[in-house]
Amino acid sequence: MDAKNIKVAGFGGQGVMMFGQILAYSATKDNINGLWFPSYGPETRGGTANCSVIVSDKQINSPVFKNADHLVAFNLPSLVKFEEHMAENGLILYNSSSIDDQKSKENVLVVGVPINDIANELGNIKVANMVMMGAYLQLTKLFSDETIEAIIKKILGERKADLVEINKQAIIAGKEYVKKLGVKYA
Amino acid sequence: MAKVLMKGNEAIALAAIKGGVDAFYGYPITPQNEVPEYLSKHLLDAGKVFLQAESEVSAINMVYGAAGAGKRVMTSSSSPGIALKQEGISYIAGAELPCLIVSVMRGGPGLGSIQPSQGDYYQATRGGGNGDYHLIVFAPESIQETIDVIKESFDIADYYRNPVMVLVDGLIGQMMESVDFDRPVKERFLPEKDWATTGTKNHPGRRNVANSLYLDPQALEQHNIHLNEKYKLIKKNETRFELINFDNPEYIIVAYGTMARIARSAIEMLKKEGIEVSMIRPISLFPYPEIAFDKIPENVKGILTCELSMGQMLDDVLIANNGRHKVGFFGRAGGMLPDPEEIVDAIKNFNERVVK
Repeated sequence: MDAKNIKVAGFGGQGVMMFGQILAYSATKDNINGLWFPSYGPETRGGTANCSVIVSDKQINSPVFKNADHLVAFNLPSLVKFEEHMAENGLILYNSSSIDDQKSKENVLVVGVPINDIANELGNIKVANMVMMGAYLQLTKLFSDETIEAIIKKILGERKADLVEINKQAIIAGKEYVKKLGVKYA
Repeated sequence: MAKVLMKGNEAIALAAIKGGVDAFYGYPITPQNEVPEYLSKHLLDAGKVFLQAESEVSAINMVYGAAGAGKRVMTSSSSPGIALKQEGISYIAGAELPCLIVSVMRGGPGLGSIQPSQGDYYQATRGGGNGDYHLIVFAPESIQETIDVIKESFDIADYYRNPVMVLVDGLIGQMMESVDFDRPVKERFLPEKDWATTGTKNHPGRRNVANSLYLDPQALEQHNIHLNEKYKLIKKNETRFELINFDNPEYIIVAYGTMARIARSAIEMLKKEGIEVSMIRPISLFPYPEIAFDKIPENVKGILTCELSMGQMLDDVLIANNGRHKVGFFGRAGGMLPDPEEIVDAIKNFNERVVK
């Protein structure tokens, strides 16, 4: 597997940092290398939060990358800010509950998922980021359901163990949505 | 043990526990706060000492005292906090006491910013404290290397009776990586701390004193000569560096810490374009790996020093190069991080980068 440079961005509170950390935890669990870091620099001003994640089965060199292989955009400012910095054969996944329909570009697949609507249907808007996770995993096939479930259980811990089920449902719902769209990436 | 994903600052704290730290004294400052946060729980759980002092000056003098009593002791801070600690650091070096000082660099000067920087190279290697002294300074490039060097640093400090500084930029403190805490540490023979001020009931008939005051100039000169001999020994034994892609290079990059990681990616990109670039990656900043520069082939077009500063290690590169090759500089400062493409451009336009 080539190293994957992943940018996750949105408003603070949308679960952006957690989305990125779950990927890095999953890589570590699968015995490959994961790296996560929160946004630094002037771009943190203006209400958007973002993090960079790199997963690779080789040694990870630069923690900083110019172009992302995958962009997960939870809001419009994030999409506008990062969509110009995509690598060849990239994937942009965006929140179509808050962003108007986007067209795919040359060499970049663009997929919208109405994560807020799906999460609301499930009865908990807080799992919108896990709907996005389901869609992301369905397209990229980066990690197995077992790996992700184990990480979610670990993060939620015993105190919030009752939330594991709704998070699992959210992931399934995200996967189902992408399956119905019929788009394929990896 | 399987790898775990851990934040750099927390990994520093856990590595210190694995290295046998007995006591931590510190004062909060971003971007290293997860170090004391982690230790405030786990060091106390282990029955050791954790103390948040009322100031940096107080914290470093507590380190001085506990080190004098023969304990394995550490502090951590960031740029302006390390500045406040310099007086105590000089005293500890003068009194020849072992300790670990972790410095997580942020932008400067003054209060600067809380973003990553390498602007404290001079502070670490030239001393902000007074007098003829050196710290042993290690500058790891990843969280894994930070763990490995911290686990070893108490042994190194004890062996030489000298403070060790582990110098990282804020990015290493704030990011998370997959790491292994169980990599082996080099075994060292460590003599008993018969100098420790543990009370005369523990060393009957001998009065142990931790002191850096020598009013007799002859005695102080002898002390300075003794310290200098020790620094020579450290230079001989503890110089550390890595040579990367050292195969018929056109250019040489010299970089440490996060900048070395970014340069690794730049070197791979340049290789794809048919431009061979090697890197000297200093791991010890004192002693500086001057010896690595003797390995540079005569026909290289130049040496590019890359730093997250306006050029500080550049001085040591110029000294080590000793006029043999053209030396250029690429730097970002203030908390800005370059992407690898910027280093690629700097190599391609090396002539615009030449400083000497």
